[in-house]
Amino acid sequence: MNEQPILQAHDVTKAFGGVTALNRVSFDINEGEILGIIGPNGSGKTTLINCITAFIKMTSGKVVFRGKDISSKPAHKIADMGITRTFQIMRPYYSLPAYKNLIIPLFSPRAKRTGGWRGGGKLGDRGTVGIDILEEIGFERDSAVPYKMTSTLPTGYLKRLELARCLALRPEVILCDEIFSGLSMSEIASMVPLIERLQMDGITLVMIEHRLRELFRVANRVMVLNFGVKLIEGTPEEVMADDKVKEAYFGSEDAEEVMSYA
Amino acid sequence: MSIEDRRKERLDRGIKVRTDGLYALMSWRELSYLTLPRLVLIFGILILPLVMPSMYWQRVISIVCIYALLAISFDLLAHFVGLVSLGGAFFIGVGGYLAAILNTSFGLPPLLTIPISTLAGATICTVLLLPCLPLRGVYFAIVSLMYPLFLARVIEALDILGGTDGIMGIESFPNRWVEQYFIIAMVLLFLFGVRRLVNQDIGLVFRAVKDNDQAVRASGMSITFYKAMAVFIASAMGCLSGACLVHLYMWSGISLFALDFSILPIAATVIGGGGTLVGPVLGCFILVPISELLRAFGTLRIVFYCLILVAFIVFRSEGIMVYGQRKYHQFERWVKV
Repeated sequence: MNEQPILQAHDVTKAFGGVTALNRVSFDINEGEILGIIGPNGSGKTTLINCITAFIKMTSGKVVFRGKDISSKPAHKIADMGITRTFQIMRPYYSLPAYKNLIIPLFSPRAKRTGGWRGGGKLGDRGTVGIDILEEIGFERDSAVPYKMTSTLPTGYLKRLELARCLALRPEVILCDEIFSGLSMSEIASMVPLIERLQMDGITLVMIEHRLRELFRVANRVMVLNFGVKLIEGTPEEVMADDKVKEAYFGSEDAEEVMSYA
Repeated sequence: MSIEDRRKERLDRGIKVRTDGLYALMSWRELSYLTLPRLVLIFGILILPLVMPSMYWQRVISIVCIYALLAISFDLLAHFVGLVSLGGAFFIGVGGYLAAILNTSFGLPPLLTIPISTLAGATICTVLLLPCLPLRGVYFAIVSLMYPLFLARVIEALDILGGTDGIMGIESFPNRWVEQYFIIAMVLLFLFGVRRLVNQDIGLVFRAVKDNDQAVRASGMSITFYKAMAVFIASAMGCLSGACLVHLYMWSGISLFALDFSILPIAATVIGGGGTLVGPVLGCFILVPISELLRAFGTLRIVFYCLILVAFIVFRSEGIMVYGQRKYHQFERWVKV
């Protein structure tokens, strides 16, 4: 494994007028690692992803990818470098069939350069490659599902489609914004091995999650945000044992008891 | 066998994905079922000038085709890229004035001024509209509506480019058959060209920009670039029709910036069915002749015009073409069962 972190954030700060959504948040991720980001609602998790991927401009701070400062680059350039993201509220192309959703990322400059996920983009027609990626991500290849209009698909498939859109670019880092939310227990259970497989394929993942049990199963390290400030960073066990985290989530009283359900 | 070969074999295996681009032709009946509407359209338009009773109506057909180009450009931007353009007059004006200047000041023949002003005009329009392309919402509509008003006032106030009199003495087409068939050929070329374009991969990117521009950005593509590309194509169509128009009238004036050129294509799209590309052309073939027939009523024709539009919006808001396509597909099922 490479010694230099693949993605570093230094003192990322974002102020919306007088409200400081993020206050000097810093973290490092090593290549091939899964970093979980947790925190109560409104603690700035999604804002952090938005700042890293330049979907909103950060007020101050620096993001470094493979030793290069990317904080001033526009969103599409950052995606072009291989840092992709999923959206918390799914953003597929509803007017297209599912597999055609993947033709768009496969058409992008990055996919043309790298060949897309597993290099398929250079070998076959983009629609076929799209079906292939969908199959890997959990769409049944020989059923009608990949050909259905995206607007008719249930949430589980849409979440997978979000991930597939990222994969089509052959990314190096994927920032997942609550990829388990809205899914049933069995759907999450089938998502977890998928995430583990992506890690084995060498993809670095940042996962924002509220489903702590599943997150702690896959994450190597976990970072906790509260009111835009980083509380703690460590292994899932360390984080779970930390008093400040319990307090942030459940208030100071009875934290022990509630945490035992998690 | 290398990984790459094996993967290629896997991708080529079995299922053909692009079924909507492939037709299995099993009989003459199916062949004709697929090609008949297209052939009727192409031959219908080609025969029209020959069956027109008078020069006057032949001229009307040319005007119809000019509006049809504008309507295709509106439909492309509105239904495939998500930009509502009120800039028909802007495109017409820029293309028309460019052709007029090239012809009268530089003495170029129509066959040179038209392509030059198409490309140069499209470039000018795209550059002027560029500032509002990164934004979503009404900005594009407002700005594209503002430019023709702005340019008309500038020409009027500064008395440049002929001022309110306009530029006169512009060369016409070599003869009226060239004029008619050149414009008709352009309509057919752009109609089928744009239809092909929106079904290519790049056309899917355009539709994706309309559907969800944030996801396109997250896929590593600049939405401004793709919007600019679409605006270039659409304004090229508009400038082409503007250039044809000044050579038709042999005159170019500030009435090229009239709102008619912005509004009528939109009305034609409503009547013909948005998102079909053929629909807006049909809409023009209905609306423009009606407005000519109603000329006898003077200003009262606006009333009839409005009534027709309202009736369409209330009773057939999907448009003729969408309705027709649905019925035509039902017809196929009926035959087969």
